[in-house]
Amino acid sequence: MKKTNMLIAAGIITALSLYFFSCTSNSELGSDSDAASKVYVAPGTHDEFYGLFSGGFNGQMSVYGLPSGRLLKIIPVFAQHAENGWGYSEESKPMLETSYGFIPWDDAHHPQLSMTGSNPDGKWVFINGNNTPRIARIDLSSFKTSEIIEIPNSSGNHSSPFCTENTEYVIAGTRFSVPVPNKDVSIATYKENFKGNLTFVKVDKETGRMSLEFQVRMPGFNYDLSRAGKAVSKDWVFFSCYNSEQANTLLEVNASQNDKDFVAAVNWRLAEKYLAEGKAKDEPGTYRHNIWNDDTHSATSTEMNGVKVLYPDECPGLVYLLPTPKSPHGCDVDPSGEYIAASGKLAALIPVFSFSKMMKAIEDKKFDSEIDGIPVLNYDAVIAGEVKEPGLGPLHTEFDDKGYGYTSMFLSSEIVKWKVGTWEVVDRIPTYYSIGHLMVPGGDAAKPFGKYVVALNKITKDRYLPTGPEMSHSAQLYDISGEKMKLLLDFPTTGEPHYAQAIPAELVKPNSKKIYRLEDNKHPHATFSEKEARVVREGNIVRVYMTSIRSHFMPDMIEGIKVGDIVYWHVTNLEQDWDIPHGFAVMGAHNSELLIMPGETQTIVWKPERVGVFPFYCTDFCSALHQEMQGYVRVSPANSNTEITFNSGK
Amino acid sequence: MKKINYILLFAAIMPISLFFKPLWLIDFGAPQFPEGLQMRIFIDKVTGDDNYQLKSINLLNHYIGMKNIEPDSIAELKYMPGINIFMIITGFILAFVGNKKLFVTWVIVFSLLGLIGMYDFYAWQTDYATDLDPNAIIKTTGVSYQPPLIGSKTILNFEVTSMPGIGGYFLFVGLTSAWVKIMYDYIKNRRKS
Repeated sequence: MKKTNMLIAAGIITALSLYFFSCTSNSELGSDSDAASKVYVAPGTHDEFYGLFSGGFNGQMSVYGLPSGRLLKIIPVFAQHAENGWGYSEESKPMLETSYGFIPWDDAHHPQLSMTGSNPDGKWVFINGNNTPRIARIDLSSFKTSEIIEIPNSSGNHSSPFCTENTEYVIAGTRFSVPVPNKDVSIATYKENFKGNLTFVKVDKETGRMSLEFQVRMPGFNYDLSRAGKAVSKDWVFFSCYNSEQANTLLEVNASQNDKDFVAAVNWRLAEKYLAEGKAKDEPGTYRHNIWNDDTHSATSTEMNGVKVLYPDECPGLVYLLPTPKSPHGCDVDPSGEYIAASGKLAALIPVFSFSKMMKAIEDKKFDSEIDGIPVLNYDAVIAGEVKEPGLGPLHTEFDDKGYGYTSMFLSSEIVKWKVGTWEVVDRIPTYYSIGHLMVPGGDAAKPFGKYVVALNKITKDRYLPTGPEMSHSAQLYDISGEKMKLLLDFPTTGEPHYAQAIPAELVKPNSKKIYRLEDNKHPHATFSEKEARVVREGNIVRVYMTSIRSHFMPDMIEGIKVGDIVYWHVTNLEQDWDIPHGFAVMGAHNSELLIMPGETQTIVWKPERVGVFPFYCTDFCSALHQEMQGYVRVSPANSNTEITFNSGK
Repeated sequence: MKKINYILLFAAIMPISLFFKPLWLIDFGAPQFPEGLQMRIFIDKVTGDDNYQLKSINLLNHYIGMKNIEPDSIAELKYMPGINIFMIITGFILAFVGNKKLFVTWVIVFSLLGLIGMYDFYAWQTDYATDLDPNAIIKTTGVSYQPPLIGSKTILNFEVTSMPGIGGYFLFVGLTSAWVKIMYDYIKNRRKS
């Protein structure tokens, strides 16, 4: 009898667990029954948004169409890109110059669209290089990196490159504090010698040209993320800081001891005033400023020296510290500019500061203490509210157009939706898995576009067909137009996107270039017609002035090159038709191919090492006779008398 | 005071558009040109619908060994503007001071010029379509590369459409109105007599 009971009980348990399993597997997905139709972009039609995703450890930026999640382009930024010659061509090599020399890689974290009135204007997108501190500006008419500026006296350019209301500045806080100027000291002298710099890079309104305007010398914390204020708070920039313990080893533990770290509020308008008053000190700092020129199709790299530094203790009112629970990551300003949500990675709540209360507290001098001359405001005097029990590991918050905040929860792997003002959690949805940043189109703007939230996940595991231990990252797209968030789409992403931004296609699409005009080509080694195509020897340097047009190179038969020569292939694409690039590759080249857009001139260097005849060919399937687009170059021994000969235009 | 010939005035105003708008258009439709490819024939130049499309058309034509279309070498483009100006000015003068006979003469002369122009266009088309490079990349048998004088035709992978441009239409409308007026007067006169 007892046995039967137990069997029945076991049966019931099995049945129940099966039932619950099937339940969870349906509801776990949180998926919308008509999700497919919401992300379906019919063949030949365009996505609603351009999504600009950082490439993380691939050093690039990638462009995805949203809501389809289709990869549209990888824009080479900080890393060499053999597929189009970026960082290998003579023209693009200067873009990767730094004060450390040529650095062919970086870790790119945060795309930031240029803003007008705290809303994206579609002109440029900035991105930070974290490892060798740099900021790049990408032109959204060509989707090409136009400029890279190095940040001196900084290390781990992480709270970067967030921009102010009208892109007056892009800001770059250091993640790692370092000795400034860097010198040979014991790491144990951290507290005494290590400082954190917040760098303000000015951006020209018309050209986008960046210049290093000033730095604010801060205590040796880690400056993690940042946002500029808007509307009421537009004169301020907010930085999250962790490691207020100023630990120099095993930060995992040692930087997690203080109950509160900080959000630093910096008044950049006041900084400008102090700068104008001559309060800044001139200090050493060597950095590179690299500029791409669309007319010469070439980059220049200029060595720059010296920075202007403002010290908070000499500039009253410049910086205040807002106590923030436990190692904050995100530090995000709501669309009104009044609220600043700081997500403490180890905190059990999300504190939201009030800008007006902060101003009142400053006026009333509600200071708890002072660090290096910087007043620490009283927590209760500046807090607007706390989002209670949001989940575990809040990282980053963006806002929609309906008054809600969306916070990513790394540890509990979910997105939490909460109401601005009441601070109550109204919805939550799982992500797959371990979400880092999230992104709402315009989620950092004064007028968010809303509609979707994208989860940028850190762990992929079983989401796609397995591809061995190394897999692509995983992003999820959720519909946020209704009360409940709904999962619409999983899509794999290249590199390791940390953060992304999205902009309505209409703000970018109409300005997209189709070709480069040949008549604007000012490249010193351009060749404008096949009649001008030629080969010129200058000592052991040989310059090939080559043209490419469907479907041949001119010249395509070259003799008189010798072992030990340095051959510059200056290839001009004479096409002026949309989407007719030509490639160029020569056997035995130690660098890469070239991919030359219509109207462009690009150069690759080739150092022939062996005697013989070597083919070169077009690598981009350009036409029906692409396979015929080839040529030969003859290499003679170093001491031979073979004269330079070549064929030329009819 | 003499009555102004409004119909003639209209017929003389319409061809002013030829200085701004194309006389004739040839459209090339193919799947890989979703943005369209168009040759625009003005009275003084031949262009694409942007600065580069003529170059693209020439690049495509080189596959079949067709000569480059070089506007500079087409003499008609040099004297057509002069003829147009002459006809417009005489039209204006005759509208105010001319008699009926001169009006009819003007219309006949301009119409004949138009017909000669069409024939000339056809002759150019034939020349381009038949005088091909014997070393052409693509040699076909039984395919005529001659675009239609007016209308559509499939040539290899292209759907080629030839039709008047806005300037051409305006000229046509002006002259047609004049012809209608002449016919109307002619019929009215015959009935009277």
